[in-house]
Amino acid sequence: MPNVSFTSNLNRHLECPDLAVAGETVSEALEAVFESNPRLRSYIVDEQGRLRQHVVVFVAGQSIQDRERLSDMVTDDQDIFVMQALSGG
Amino acid sequence: MSDRLYVGTRKGLFVYRRGGDGTWSVETKSFIGDPVTMVFPDRRDGTLYAALDLGHFGPKLHRSEDAAASWQEVSIPQYPKPDVEGEEAKALKMIWCLEAAVGDGALWAGTVPGGLFRSDDRGESWTLNEPLWDDPSRTNWFGGGFDDPGIHSIAVDPEDRRRLVLGISCGGLWISEDDGRSWRASTEGMYAEYMPPERREDPDIQDPHRVMQCAGAPDTFWVQHHNGAFRSTDRGASWTEIHPPPSKFGFALAVHPRDPKTAWLVPLVKDECRVPVDGKVVVARTRDGGESFEQLVNGLPQADAYDCIYRHALEVDKTGDTLAMGSTTGSLWMSRNQGDSFKTLSKHLPPIYCVRFG
Repeated sequence: MPNVSFTSNLNRHLECPDLAVAGETVSEALEAVFESNPRLRSYIVDEQGRLRQHVVVFVAGQSIQDRERLSDMVTDDQDIFVMQALSGG
Repeated sequence: MSDRLYVGTRKGLFVYRRGGDGTWSVETKSFIGDPVTMVFPDRRDGTLYAALDLGHFGPKLHRSEDAAASWQEVSIPQYPKPDVEGEEAKALKMIWCLEAAVGDGALWAGTVPGGLFRSDDRGESWTLNEPLWDDPSRTNWFGGGFDDPGIHSIAVDPEDRRRLVLGISCGGLWISEDDGRSWRASTEGMYAEYMPPERREDPDIQDPHRVMQCAGAPDTFWVQHHNGAFRSTDRGASWTEIHPPPSKFGFALAVHPRDPKTAWLVPLVKDECRVPVDGKVVVARTRDGGESFEQLVNGLPQADAYDCIYRHALEVDKTGDTLAMGSTTGSLWMSRNQGDSFKTLSKHLPPIYCVRFG
């Protein structure tokens, strides 16, 4: 199961511990996280499901390509990091 | 007289409290580091709302039951998926204003991009006003100050909560008589110098920077517009230009709660310059419905001052005597005598977005 980690800066606003979840895409993995932590959703994606402009997601060290639908594939042994972009400061 | 002042800034919310000796000092600080785009003390039940625009993590709304001592995050307005395939799906960028109806009516939110939302459960859920969102003229609106148009002013009629007046930059001034079920633009008398001549009086593209109603004499409205200041004595049906010195451009407006002929504006150099004329911070006050103005300067910087007062950063309290004013350079002033003299509360706050008395 991929492990999802979040920037520690989110801890200013809400708790979001690392979580190992099922999912074959970034979207599926994040949906699984949001299911257990509903308040987190609006911090990462907008109401249309798109990644927020100043949030970046890395899979195995590479930033994802599909910021609209988060369809990038993820395997069980890969880590997902949800970070803040420097552009939003 | 109000004894609390809420100051929303680029880097947090500051609550000022008036002491027994009449002096004001910071009582509470909240959300330090986060932009607070609007704060709304709901006098109906004492609830305080704070709208944030987190740089990375989007707009948020928080609610306090104890005057900012503690907070609970509540829901934010959400935009629908578009009906037409290919149309861009909108997302909330900012809560720009919050107002409440009289009695047990709705909590209203004006947003960027161009949405009006209502909540009937104190921010637990929100509903988009579809009649306005679906109005064909919305495609003519455009950004004013932000990339997208936004609703910054919501005046709920104190005598009839079904009557709403909105100010939209840039989308004109809109009136509903039926609790938002239908809308009409009402800008007769306003004009837009920033448009081609044939569209100068087009209602959809007027840019009212701030719209306010006199609570005690609700036939009277005031508008600080991009191209001048205007007043209406027929509940917004028609508008007459007034001429505050030293400039007709500005954002901020305060309206006396009972006297329909008294209002305050803060003129700036037009259009994109947006600094005080000659580096002097001036408040223009009229007591005769805009026939004449006084330029109030006592206690305000009169040399090399580049304070801009945003549209929500000037307020008069319910007595009509106490004014608060905050600037983009973090200056905060208070007047206890309708602006005859101002006292500086701070020169060092973050850029101030809004001030509201509790």
